[in-house]
Amino acid sequence: MSDVSVNIGGIRMKTPVMVASGTFGYGPEYADLVDLSGLGAIVVKGICVEPTLGNMTPRTAETRSGMLNAIGLPNPGFEGFVEKHMPFLRQYDVPVIVNVWGRTLEEYADIAEKFDSVDGVAGLEVNVSCPNIKEGSGLFGTDLNMFRQAIAGMRERTRLPLIPKLAPNVSDIKSFARTAEDCGADAISLINSYPAMAIDINTRRPKLANVTGGLSGPAIHPIAVKLVWEASSAVNIPVIGMGGIMTWEDAVEFIIAGATAVAVGTANFVNPLTAIEVAGGIREFLDRNGMASVSELTGTLET
Amino acid sequence: MNLRDVTVIEHVEVQGGYRLLVMDAPDIAAQVQPGQFIHLQIPDLRDALLRRPFSIYNAENNRLSVLYKGVGVGTRWMADLKPGDPLSVMGPLGHGFPIAEAGGYPVLVAGGYGMAALYIAARESRQKGTAFFGGASAGDILCVPEFEALGWEVRVTTEDGSLGMKGIVTDAMDEWLAQNRPEGEPEYFVCGPSGMLKAVGERAMKAGTKAWISLDNNMCCGVGACLTCVQKIRTADGAWEWQRACREGPVFECREVIWDGEESVEHRTSNIEHRTKS
Ligand SMILES: Cc1cc2nc3c(=O)[nH]c(=O)nc-3n(C[C@H](O)[C@H](O)[C@H](O)COP(=O)(O)OP(=O)(O)OC[C@H]3O[C@@H](n4cnc5c(N)ncnc54)[C@H](O)[C@@H]3O)c2cc1C
Ligand SMILES: Cc1cc2nc3c(=O)[nH]c(=O)nc-3n(C[C@H](O)[C@H](O)[C@H](O)COP(=O)(O)O)c2cc1C
Ligand code: FES
Repeated sequence: MSDVSVNIGGIRMKTPVMVASGTFGYGPEYADLVDLSGLGAIVVKGICVEPTLGNMTPRTAETRSGMLNAIGLPNPGFEGFVEKHMPFLRQYDVPVIVNVWGRTLEEYADIAEKFDSVDGVAGLEVNVSCPNIKEGSGLFGTDLNMFRQAIAGMRERTRLPLIPKLAPNVSDIKSFARTAEDCGADAISLINSYPAMAIDINTRRPKLANVTGGLSGPAIHPIAVKLVWEASSAVNIPVIGMGGIMTWEDAVEFIIAGATAVAVGTANFVNPLTAIEVAGGIREFLDRNGMASVSELTGTLET
Repeated sequence: MNLRDVTVIEHVEVQGGYRLLVMDAPDIAAQVQPGQFIHLQIPDLRDALLRRPFSIYNAENNRLSVLYKGVGVGTRWMADLKPGDPLSVMGPLGHGFPIAEAGGYPVLVAGGYGMAALYIAARESRQKGTAFFGGASAGDILCVPEFEALGWEVRVTTEDGSLGMKGIVTDAMDEWLAQNRPEGEPEYFVCGPSGMLKAVGERAMKAGTKAWISLDNNMCCGVGACLTCVQKIRTADGAWEWQRACREGPVFECREVIWDGEESVEHRTSNIEHRTKS
């Protein structure tokens, strides 16, 4: 049988299928239904230094073949997370990747340093899709210079594997991928949800309290496949592909495009077993094609 | 909580656009507590992905049933379900109604599918009190014989006067409270539109009695993972925090809930503590 284990910047995963940040809570929410140890990795909801309230409601809205979210990154802060959620997560034989973010460059660096000494954390995924409140302009994810400073600053302060998560709404994804690699990132993941909005025509009000949000789900899958293909062609570090995976076929597209691993997001809300089922589907696909491991399939796109 | 492929056993229109959907779902049915809900995946609805939440009307003899009304793309699609069709169901979910306090006088207040959501609570309650059902017209008043069969006194109000008293449900409640002195303190169990929840809650607070209200906040995951369904909930220290209607709720005591637009107290950031209702 094919070997579906992968190594992402030193993080050993039993399967190449992780669950995406913000779609799987902190683990216990789905533990009744899903064998957490059977996941490639658990990526928890975004954490920053101080507790954060998040946006007002409505925070999500269903759209055609997808959904919008503007949750606003509510979280109990570093200390709250480590105290309340790490004891639970440490019980499972599964890598825990903490998704982290900051409002300033200092906050990005600080959160990296704080997690460096936390037992049971396998790596950090860096959410750069948040506004820089100090400079007041630009986003860490779309301004290449700010992106570089955020990742380089974190690299200096932690030995944990660092996985910058790229925003999709940039004109040249390759430059962000390369910058991440140059700054010492161990892998990259993409894509985050795509900026979007929806309007209730009867009230003429936006469907989200935050007015705009991020689009996720099958609607963004082809966009994500293209960006993963481009990004992976630009770097040597492993790429984690995500965006609209509902089935194993969707995941295999990412792998052929150049991903070493994938993450399942929105599909968890529909079928929490998606990540487990997708891993099974990938294994069978490799078997059928006489491939011994995922790496034989990664980046095999014929053009 | 389970995730199961269940089979439709019965699906009939009850009245006024409301349909009764009965499923064969032994392991889910066996765990149901009053006021809990299920999260149902509507099959083949390819461009509307998310599950839909429905209160559990009844759970008996391996069967699970819901009462629902067609209001949008998903519930209209559900109208085509036939006996034998498979359905993916997650549940039972949430923290529902507590058991009525001994020595008190339980009062149910419901609008629309709220009547269904209160049925198990009505059955489990040792004391049987009065149930106030309200709706726009006669077609919106469900399950009256069922509640009467359990021993409840049912009082109906409709806005158009087509059944029972003309008016809204709180009018009937106020009139009844003015004329009756129930043996025991009234304890309210409420499910319906938020205006109704609020109005009953205000009366309960004024009278110093309890009102358990079931919120129908929009949901996405239904299990606490996505933080869509959050509600501002008052904390013991006078501040507030977000709690998840799908996990800590959907039922809260009316004093806990801070409604939109209400002059707000200070926020305390600890949003996702798992709390069990005593
Ligand atoms: C805990 C809970 C219990 C519920 N129990 C029942 C029940 O027993 N019977 C019943 O008929 N309905 C119940 N509902 C409401 C039911 O979930 C919605 O009617 C359903 O999701 C609408 O789906 P749709 O695809 O038909 O509508 P959509 O096309 O998605 O939307 C149509 C309309 O329904 C509203 N709506 C959509 N989702 C929700 C939601 N989650 N909550 C409230 N309104 C919504 C929309 O705002 C819109 O106005 C419950 C909701 C909650 C949160
Ligand atoms: C409700 C919701 C919350 C999310 N929260 C986060 C988050 O906290 N941090 C983050 O980096 N990405 C977050 N995301 C983005 C997802 O991790 C993922 O990148 C995106 O949804 C695309 O994958 P999908 O189409 O499979 O959902 C969130 C997505 C959703 C739908
Ligand atoms: S619906 Fe996702 S947290 Fe309640």
